[in-house]
Amino acid sequence: MTPSERKREKPLASRAVQITFLVVLIVLWYLATTRWKVSPLLLPNPVLVASDFWTILRTGEFIGDLRVTLTELAIAFAISATSGVIVGYVISRSQYRIRVFEPLFSAIYSVPIILFLPLYVLFFGLGPASKIALGATISFFPIALNTIAGFGYVDKVLVTAARSMGASDVQLFRYVLLPAAFPIILTGMRMGFTVALLSIIGSETIASLAGLGHRIVHLAEGMEMAPMFAYIVFVVAIAAILNTLVSALEARGRRHG
Amino acid sequence: MTPPATRLRLALRRPWVARIGVIVLLLLLWEIAARWWIDPMFLAPPSRVFMSLSTVFETRGVPAALRITFFELAVAFVLSVVIGLVLGFAIGLQPFARKSFMPIVLLLYGTPQVTILPLFILYFGIGPASKIAFGVSHGFFPILMMVVAGVQNVKPILLTSARSMGASRWQVLRYVIFPHMIPSFFTGMRLAMTGVLLGVLLAELYVSTAGIGYFTTLFTQNFDPTRLLGLIAVLAAMAIVLNEIVRSAEVYFGRWHTD
Repeated sequence: MTPSERKREKPLASRAVQITFLVVLIVLWYLATTRWKVSPLLLPNPVLVASDFWTILRTGEFIGDLRVTLTELAIAFAISATSGVIVGYVISRSQYRIRVFEPLFSAIYSVPIILFLPLYVLFFGLGPASKIALGATISFFPIALNTIAGFGYVDKVLVTAARSMGASDVQLFRYVLLPAAFPIILTGMRMGFTVALLSIIGSETIASLAGLGHRIVHLAEGMEMAPMFAYIVFVVAIAAILNTLVSALEARGRRHG
Repeated sequence: MTPPATRLRLALRRPWVARIGVIVLLLLLWEIAARWWIDPMFLAPPSRVFMSLSTVFETRGVPAALRITFFELAVAFVLSVVIGLVLGFAIGLQPFARKSFMPIVLLLYGTPQVTILPLFILYFGIGPASKIAFGVSHGFFPILMMVVAGVQNVKPILLTSARSMGASRWQVLRYVIFPHMIPSFFTGMRLAMTGVLLGVLLAELYVSTAGIGYFTTLFTQNFDPTRLLGLIAVLAAMAIVLNEIVRSAEVYFGRWHTD
């Protein structure tokens, strides 16, 4: 076997292990519900879950909750992305402001902001407003911090060189600062998006009237296990799709930046 | 003698003075807003929250609830570290296992675990066990990933030279891989602490019979923002202290390592 052949074989073997792992997991799940008599209230039959999942997709009953969650996510992210980038940029323009605000922001960022959820519910009610506000607050910090890091630590030599070659403010921004900061800001946006999704589904789970998180809790309280598992699969799939999409956008933006 | 205005401007030139100034300004705004503009049913001024911190602790059950939450955090953190280390070594030391299982780990880490929070309550009950389990489910991933990354990032030349000097497998692990893992391990510990805090508090807020989640719900439903804010402030302080402990450990144990 030549080295190149061995290299080609390895991903195939890893793939085989991954698929085996998944299959074993599902078979164990199936056996647990049929052979070993685990209560269906704790673990529903996977076949039932699959059929319920299919029903949910076919009837489109998920659309209402999905729309609520995605709207909350879109508004929250739009707010935090614009305010985070603007605030971050304004702060990054002077070393003094960076030294004043950056430690402040990172200190707040390290506090689990989900703690303030009861306050948000008190202020904004049980509806979408409290989820949007919480999601926007939580995702503001990674975006602002990364914008500060992106614009604030551009290599001084580059700035001086551009200036000495007679670059105007606009040119300096367009051709030096922005290309240097853009990848870092994109990373911040991806982090912000992930935590916004997490906190919105989380706050829907804890206190809400509609949305995917609310639907799962509703089914859990009704002890309707099979549809609940089907919805969990659905939400996990949606989250995986969104995360993959955002990562792909980030990679694309990096290439073009 | 410098005039006071100049002295103020000189003091403000130091970033930490200005930082405190920003915090004081925000508190002042909050105080003014709460006193004159906002319905006292919803917001209490910080002065009153501070003055009535003692009534929070005097509320029957609150000290016990804080103890329970702290206990949940500690147990969840220790379990996360142990599970993360064991799984991290199991996956990280073998290149084949790493290639096979890391994609699965990354996929799981990327999904919001809060979707399965109701399942944790169902399996572990509404007591501390479900909070600990949910905290662990958030906490062990960063440790696992940092251990794998730490094992992976050891310079090959160090491994080769250790082996060529006749080091055994165990000696390579003990004297080469392990010391090199320590900085990233402590970074993992810090991220794990953030994760554990998030997981435990999410589960507490979702359903709780004796922990702090019970009291945040109680104070919210009674429109008692003074005590709600007091309790949240105490918890935030607790979170900051825990984070700082782990962060200074990270700095302390990583100091020998310079690239």
